Amino acid sequence: MNETAMTRREWLLTDRPQSRLQARLGRAYVTWGRFAANRLAVIGMLIILGLIVLAIFAPLLAPYSPYVGDLAKSRLLPPDAAHWLGTDDQGRDILSRLIYGSRLTLQVVVLVAIIAAPLGLLVGTVAGYAGGWVDAVLMRITDIFLAFPKLVLALAFVAALGPGIGNAIIAIAITSWPPYARIARAETLTVRNSDYISAVRLMGASPWRIVLRHIMPLCISSLIVRVTLDMAGIILTAAGLGFLGLGAQPPLPEWGAMIASGRRFILDQWWVAAMPGFAILIVSLGFNLLGDGLRDALDPRGSSQ
Amino acid sequence: MSTLLDVKDLRVSFPTRTGVVEAVRGVSFTLGRERLGIVGESGSGKSQTGRAIMGLTPEHGRISAEKLEFNGIDLTRASKAERRALRGKRIAMILQDPKYSLNPVMSIGRQIIETLRTHEPVGRAEARRRALDMLAAVQIRDPERVFGLYPHEVSGGMGQRAMIAMMLVAGPELLIADEPTSALDVTVQLDVLGILHRLVADRGMGLIFISHDLRLVSSFCDRVIVMYAGRIVEELPASRLSEAEHPYTRGLLNCMPKIGVDRHPLPVLDRRPEWAL
Amino acid sequence: MSTAERRMPARRANRRAFATLKSIAGFVVVVATTYLGLLAVTFFIGRVVPIDPVLAIVGDRAPSHVVERVRQEMGFNLPYYQQFFLYVKGVLQGDFGTSVLTTNPVMTDIRRVFPATMELATVGTVIGAAFGIPLGVLAAVRRGSLADQIVRIVGLVGYSVPIFWLGLLALLVFYARLGWTSGPGRMDVVFEYTFTPITGFFLLDAILNRDWAAFRDIVSHIVLPGSLLGYFSLAYISRMTRSFMLNELSQEYIVAARAKGLSETRIIWGHALRNAAVPLVTVIALSYAGLLEGSVLTETVFAWPGLGLYITNSLQNADMNAVLGGTIVIGSVFIAINLLSDVLYRMLDPRTRTR
Ligand SMILES: Nc1ncnc2c1ncn2[C@@H]1O[C@H](COP(=O)(O)OP(=O)(O)O)[C@@H](O)[C@H]1O
Ligand SMILES: [Mg+2]
Repeated sequence: MNETAMTRREWLLTDRPQSRLQARLGRAYVTWGRFAANRLAVIGMLIILGLIVLAIFAPLLAPYSPYVGDLAKSRLLPPDAAHWLGTDDQGRDILSRLIYGSRLTLQVVVLVAIIAAPLGLLVGTVAGYAGGWVDAVLMRITDIFLAFPKLVLALAFVAALGPGIGNAIIAIAITSWPPYARIARAETLTVRNSDYISAVRLMGASPWRIVLRHIMPLCISSLIVRVTLDMAGIILTAAGLGFLGLGAQPPLPEWGAMIASGRRFILDQWWVAAMPGFAILIVSLGFNLLGDGLRDALDPRGSSQ
Repeated sequence: MSTLLDVKDLRVSFPTRTGVVEAVRGVSFTLGRERLGIVGESGSGKSQTGRAIMGLTPEHGRISAEKLEFNGIDLTRASKAERRALRGKRIAMILQDPKYSLNPVMSIGRQIIETLRTHEPVGRAEARRRALDMLAAVQIRDPERVFGLYPHEVSGGMGQRAMIAMMLVAGPELLIADEPTSALDVTVQLDVLGILHRLVADRGMGLIFISHDLRLVSSFCDRVIVMYAGRIVEELPASRLSEAEHPYTRGLLNCMPKIGVDRHPLPVLDRRPEWAL
Repeated sequence: MSTAERRMPARRANRRAFATLKSIAGFVVVVATTYLGLLAVTFFIGRVVPIDPVLAIVGDRAPSHVVERVRQEMGFNLPYYQQFFLYVKGVLQGDFGTSVLTTNPVMTDIRRVFPATMELATVGTVIGAAFGIPLGVLAAVRRGSLADQIVRIVGLVGYSVPIFWLGLLALLVFYARLGWTSGPGRMDVVFEYTFTPITGFFLLDAILNRDWAAFRDIVSHIVLPGSLLGYFSLAYISRMTRSFMLNELSQEYIVAARAKGLSETRIIWGHALRNAAVPLVTVIALSYAGLLEGSVLTETVFAWPGLGLYITNSLQNADMNAVLGGTIVIGSVFIAINLLSDVLYRMLDPRTRTR
């Protein structure tokens, strides 16, 4: 086949990739095509990218300080040209607080994902690969955690550990890993007896090496989908904890806590409580759309499209 | 012999993301009160031909025909409701695998009664009696017991008998059997075929028997249609199958094992693009 | 296989009985270990917390000999496994300790508030199922249509919106601005002196009492939080219904049902939905459990005197006995609901029944 005559698209879509890289890029290209064809998924992705940009450039983008307001002149102002989303009871610009709050939101989802996903992945792959009583015990523990009321348990944890965003993250992570373990185990079971894994085993690889190097990577894509779909739930739980005064503490501009402090003014200055809620809604909608799109693109069989 | 079914230039196509799939491309035949076999390899359009006659083409499929007449009724003009009234009452269909084609959460008896009561205003007791009679007619020894069983509780052969009972209970004139024995154990295939044969003969029904097994079709039917890539490539009486002219039919015949003949090398079915034209 | 089975009916019956016994034993083990796990976690939270539980009872300023005496009385000087044993024993007898805030035994408090939560969650689930199932069916049948898209968006928003915030906005609009509904609480103070609770489910009690004025008042109080929870339940139920229905509608038995000449209505509702109902039961049960949990936030917003509000009030006052008692009760209900949905699943699906 003449390489030079191929367009980039043909090179990506070829039936006979010349290298592993080309095959991977080709697969990624096909997946991307399926994803990009889904308009809602692209919107979701844009929302999340927007969130990340806001978080990174918060000091540049926020028009005012998120912590210090003009108590004398700008208390509880309705949305106008100077304060697009109005001001709160401390005279602080709500837009600026929301922009800084995106950092907290991102921090929560990233940290929960970093703690819970590897934990679930480890439990699930070990259970699936080892089988026998190891599997039985690990899965029983997983099922026990799965049968718990997540939010209430997180509440109890935070109540015990003391309020604060760090403890809220730990509590949410502790209650979030079981579904990942289930998924990882299911994936492991499907590949455990495949010829490919047998070949690796015959070559003398140790069980740990097989699990870490060969099985875990295979579980990643379904795990990513599930984690993305869970992000919205994590954000809502974190906001709920914040609303109850158990998450981030004032004056941190956490969105749930902002709703709680705006609650007192809901009758006359509705925007104080309403604006942070919109922010939460948009971001968790973004994660849900993105997660749906990823699921459909990565797993065209299982999707309900 | 009066004509039961008259099909002329039947076409079924499916628009898909990668282009239009033409499943059936101009099929024509007529059927009296006889047994017509349709053979062809998987994907040759046999099932879609049968489903088009039933009016069960999937929603996104496009269907056209110069003529599609059942007992003088123009099926291309008939309304949805008219076609529905025909289904189960005058034209019935048996599907391949009773494991999937019977409703798993409904008892066999209720599924048979449902066909009957959809088409005839019969009372409960009467419906039950006729369902039991029908179960006996498909040679189920203990109809009372099988009546109350759920599909997962019976074997494949028993399930297919129940399927036949469900489809024939309202007394249709035309039966389309789409690979009715392909999913069954070889030992029960003959039992089920025997039952089908008897019922078709006794009731004077027309039968379209779809299969990929040329020998089965030739021994069971009066006439055989051979399909390839959505077209009929050959039509001939079952008794003169050995005189088939088309190379595809000859290929199919060649692939059937014969006792006492050296099978080395194994023959491979030849497919030429020009046959599909 | 079937002929072999026919030849040995006695042995088959034995095997069946054994299988049934085994599945019951499995059930018991699952429920027992799950419950023990739940108690282990609450025990851990209650005992290994930074706050000394003894100090929480006697106060920081109590003299040290008092602290020591209480520590011994409460068994806090024993090794953890013995403490856990005593703890499990206590919980199994319904002893969750005393609430610092109300000075009542926690169990007494929970008995008083729990019906309010159940009533709200029940109303929410009924609304969620009554709208969610037909919407899910519609979306599946008209797949890809505008209706399908709308149902999908409605569901996605339901998944994404913070419930407490939506509750606040609902109160603002429908109670404060429009005056269509009553505000926070379960019923007007006016009725509190004349109304006699019987079951603790006020809607039911009002009917039993034939107190129609109270009934109207209770309805106008429950309609906002009930619809709110109903919306969340609807989001989940409609989405799952759609996916189950799409799966069922692609099955061969649907083609067979069409070949019998059944009407689409009968095929969709009588055949496909009847099959989809099997997994849907689990979904509805899970959604009910989810609403019980969601009550923590909803009740706070609507000042609904249920378990959720009880837990959050206790949280704010570091009343750990009450918090953990509430957690155990909600956890127990979760376990019970899971069990119940399993049993219902078996009843609905003949394939899981042994005959
Ligand atoms: N729902 C459908 N959508 C798209 N193509 C279809 C559909 N159903 C059948 N086809 C195509 O129509 C052709 C004929 O199918 P079918 O009649 O089932 O073949 P047979 O029964 O002879 O095996 C096949 O190529 C198949 O891929
Ligand atoms: Mg077929």
